[in-house]
Amino acid sequence: MEKGTEKAWDVLKDLTDPELPFLTLDDLGVIREIKRNDKNHVVTIAPTYIGCPAISVIEEKIASELKKIGISAIIEKSFSPPWSSDWISENGRKKMEEFGISPPHPRKADTIGDSLLKDVKCPQCKSYRTEKVSEFGSTACKSLYRCLDCKEPFDHFKCV
Amino acid sequence: MKSNMADMVFEGLLRIADDNLILGHRTSEWCGHAPTLEEDLALPNIALDLIGHAQTLYCLACEINSRYKNEDQLAFLRLEHEYKNLLLVEQENGDFGNTVLRLFYFSTFMKYFWERVKIKCCFKKLKEFSEKAFLETSYHSKYASQWVVTLGDGTDESNLKMSNAIANLEPFLGELFNNDDFTEMCSQNDFLPEPTSIFDSWKNEVKAILQKGNLDFPDIILKKRGGRKGEHSEAFGYLLSDLQYMQRAYPNSSW
Repeated sequence: MEKGTEKAWDVLKDLTDPELPFLTLDDLGVIREIKRNDKNHVVTIAPTYIGCPAISVIEEKIASELKKIGISAIIEKSFSPPWSSDWISENGRKKMEEFGISPPHPRKADTIGDSLLKDVKCPQCKSYRTEKVSEFGSTACKSLYRCLDCKEPFDHFKCV
Repeated sequence: MKSNMADMVFEGLLRIADDNLILGHRTSEWCGHAPTLEEDLALPNIALDLIGHAQTLYCLACEINSRYKNEDQLAFLRLEHEYKNLLLVEQENGDFGNTVLRLFYFSTFMKYFWERVKIKCCFKKLKEFSEKAFLETSYHSKYASQWVVTLGDGTDESNLKMSNAIANLEPFLGELFNNDDFTEMCSQNDFLPEPTSIFDSWKNEVKAILQKGNLDFPDIILKKRGGRKGEHSEAFGYLLSDLQYMQRAYPNSSW
């Protein structure tokens, strides 16, 4: 953390993701860096997906929250290294499961991966007898699964 | 950046961005019309990715050419001949099989394209972008390839429809791999890979998938072209009138 950015971090760490409102941007690892120049704070964020529609909302939220405490901010997007689901915190993974989304597995290869079938645990009944229904769920970052035991459908966060 | 370099980077970004925008728009036409609910989620998700790629690339282009003040101006306020996309991406969707086959062709091409940009590109911001874009286009290619196999290796009717889709898209594949003076200049300056350099990887993968689906690999010779020069097919005018409607009717409107 760069000196003099503590206040900004303090405010931003509690901001939540617009599409996963039970997770903070900090849980997701989306805020990468805050730097200061003469006039502004420069906040670097890593989008989970390039076309993620939540990004513009996140940018506005960051700017307006910082403005409230008198900090003017420039927000920059960074794609290198690309955002990885490995950056989601332990706490974030726990919260995901509590809210019915099966968290991603550790990343193994340079692909957007689906976990092996047997690896995906139903967030409801905790059974591993699950199957993939579709590569895409309600958002680009998730795929759709169903549980063969409790029959409930659920989202699985893709490993990126 | 020197001005002739800037012109090259601007034009190069525009070509890729236009391909992504136009295919993104075509793919978005499926929203609410896909054969199953899962596909109705998948196709708009992919459209969103493609349009997201276009948006980022247009933003980079605006940083280089001050004639355009934001990405919307590039996406919505140019005239037909100013768009540099391939004829392949502007053709009408046709049926679901035709749609996924075109997506498979294009995303497989882009996967190998970004893989090469990742290794070598003199424009740092595009090189960084390619890391993320490579992952996403690989995923699209995988998704589409599964449908190509499923439908090709399905019933007689689905196989026939896929064979028709192959014939239908065949005239537009040559342009995808067509080098011109511009692509040669991009390659000499280590900016973008030449389209022909992608052909072998693309062909191997596409051939294997088509074979799995009991489908024949098409002849790839240059038949129809013009998109890169701004000469488009009839379908493109109708597409643009839909795509540009809001900005033409309400200039500078924003969300």
